[in-house]
Amino acid sequence: MLENALTGSRKYYNWILCLLVIIGAGIYAYAQQLELGLGITGMSRDVSWGLYIAQFTFLVGVAASAVMLVLPYYIHNYKEFGRIVILGEFLAIAAVVMCMLFIVVDMGKPMRVANVFLHPTPGSMLFWDASVLSGYLVLNILCGWVALTAESKNVAPPKWIKPFIYISIPFAISIHTVTAFLYCGLPGRHFWLTAILAPRFLASAFAAGPALLILLAIFVRKVSNFDAGDKAIQKLTTIITYAAIINLFFVGLEVFVAFYSNIPGHMHTFQYLFAGLEGHNSLVSLMWVSTILGVVAIALLLIPGMKKKEGVLIFICIAIFISLWIDKGIGLILGGFVPSPMEHVTEYSPTTLEILIVLGVYAIGLLILTVLYKTALVIKERNEVK
Amino acid sequence: MEESRRDFLKKAGMGSLIGLGVFKTLDKIGVEDAFASSTKEGTSGTRLGLVVDARKCKAGCTECINACHAIHNVPKFEDPKDEVKWIWKDGYHNVFPSKSGQFIDDETKEKPFMALCNHCEDPPCVRVCPTKATFKREDGIVLMDFHRCIGCRFCMAACPYGSRSFNWNNPRQKDGNKLVGGKDIDPSFPTRERGVVEKCNLCAERLAKNLIPACVEACPEGALVFGDLNNPNSKIRQILKSNHSIQRKPELGTGPSVFYIV
Repeated sequence: MLENALTGSRKYYNWILCLLVIIGAGIYAYAQQLELGLGITGMSRDVSWGLYIAQFTFLVGVAASAVMLVLPYYIHNYKEFGRIVILGEFLAIAAVVMCMLFIVVDMGKPMRVANVFLHPTPGSMLFWDASVLSGYLVLNILCGWVALTAESKNVAPPKWIKPFIYISIPFAISIHTVTAFLYCGLPGRHFWLTAILAPRFLASAFAAGPALLILLAIFVRKVSNFDAGDKAIQKLTTIITYAAIINLFFVGLEVFVAFYSNIPGHMHTFQYLFAGLEGHNSLVSLMWVSTILGVVAIALLLIPGMKKKEGVLIFICIAIFISLWIDKGIGLILGGFVPSPMEHVTEYSPTTLEILIVLGVYAIGLLILTVLYKTALVIKERNEVK
Repeated sequence: MEESRRDFLKKAGMGSLIGLGVFKTLDKIGVEDAFASSTKEGTSGTRLGLVVDARKCKAGCTECINACHAIHNVPKFEDPKDEVKWIWKDGYHNVFPSKSGQFIDDETKEKPFMALCNHCEDPPCVRVCPTKATFKREDGIVLMDFHRCIGCRFCMAACPYGSRSFNWNNPRQKDGNKLVGGKDIDPSFPTRERGVVEKCNLCAERLAKNLIPACVEACPEGALVFGDLNNPNSKIRQILKSNHSIQRKPELGTGPSVFYIV
């Protein structure tokens, strides 16, 4: 079926070529990093994780959000999602691959990555994260591919796949829960040391992921004959509304606990992110952009009739996605390191090479997504014509 | 191969200390009973640690740092972002952020405090390491296996004391004969490769040769005392018994084995 991805319009080829160029630049930058070490990045002794791990964290959420299609469709038999559930599963595959690549590019000794499984350490959350991510990747490839094969032959998917689909649901929840556990179980990192980190991760994931899916569905409708259907898109919008509000509520809880308790360690990172600390304020404007975009998007979602207009819906989805990307893909991870355990304020800014590597990984993810979506769309278009 | 090397690292310290008649050597320098409990109850009863008597520590002095960094081939990077350090000085407020800093006396305010790995009883770095590259030895020392570390830096996020450094760059100069910063390489201790984490090892390699930690030996004021915290008769315990001491961030439950007399 993959051969369907080999033929396409001129625009399609140009898009692929564009991705390959970015991947090439990323590989060049990564070769530099392998040669010289992670010193080529903006990371430091105090801010020891940067954009790589932050992107990993954000993309785990995007991957997990496929469950927002799988669960209503397979458990609640919500038929409207039947047409696009594959888009969710394929998005999950691309996102998990990017997650794994971000972990690997962040490693000082990537050639030793197998040590995680050669010396399994169940006490380490990273061991569990690697395990559930691999499991979730295999499950999505399996479920997505079997469903698509059946669709291409115009038959119902085989019964044996059902258990795997059901297992993928708790796996989706677990990948983001375990990712939160990487952070929220560390003593002395006040910003992360909160029991609602995992629920907050899930809430923001179930807003950002479906927002991206709606954008992809609208894009697919424009470039092919395949239409996900307004009903499915509107239902996804409802999911985004609830998830975005719950996420905002969780953030509000964090702010209340930090500032009403008035405990300095709990307030410091919020102060750093939203007002600046000891004159260091490089993230302040970004964090406010995130907050304003998020609040405006939620307001538009709540005003009756607004989300029915395609233009407004596209704006809402872009706003939600960018807002949560800044919140989780930048603020949450980088903020956790400020101030340092010895109360120094060290700021981080990524280098050009580091950004090229990040873009390269995203381009690899987009290439995987493009190939998988193209394959699926050719089959879906063929069935549509019949 | 890997396992036997690690086992060696774990046991070499204790085994050789007892085997080579360490007590005579340690006798001379006043920590005669550093390992006494190991003979009584086996190695599991030992908890090696340090007392830092900040009252004796002199502001301009860097003897302990020099000694430690020289024998452990710690490079010196100009950019603080790339810094590697095993033992260093910082302010009272930085070493003890949860202690009161209001109306603090001038001397404490100005005085530098030594910071190093606390060799915690329950180390978070060991808990989070996905490959057991960092591990706690039976005598309480938290060690690094530079050959197993994958450089994920989870331990750096987990350490609440900022005691861990990552080799962002190659610690050796390009030609390979000197460390970054210009110092010669001490062939008796390995240099690291870029991409692994390192930290104070409480001189595990010296303990194996009947020597006390280099920082303790180098201190001209006798401000650092090394010994077995689990032995009530040890000198370190006697000092703790007769002086008020504090640990760094004890509220986190890590059980630091480095005690400070302020």
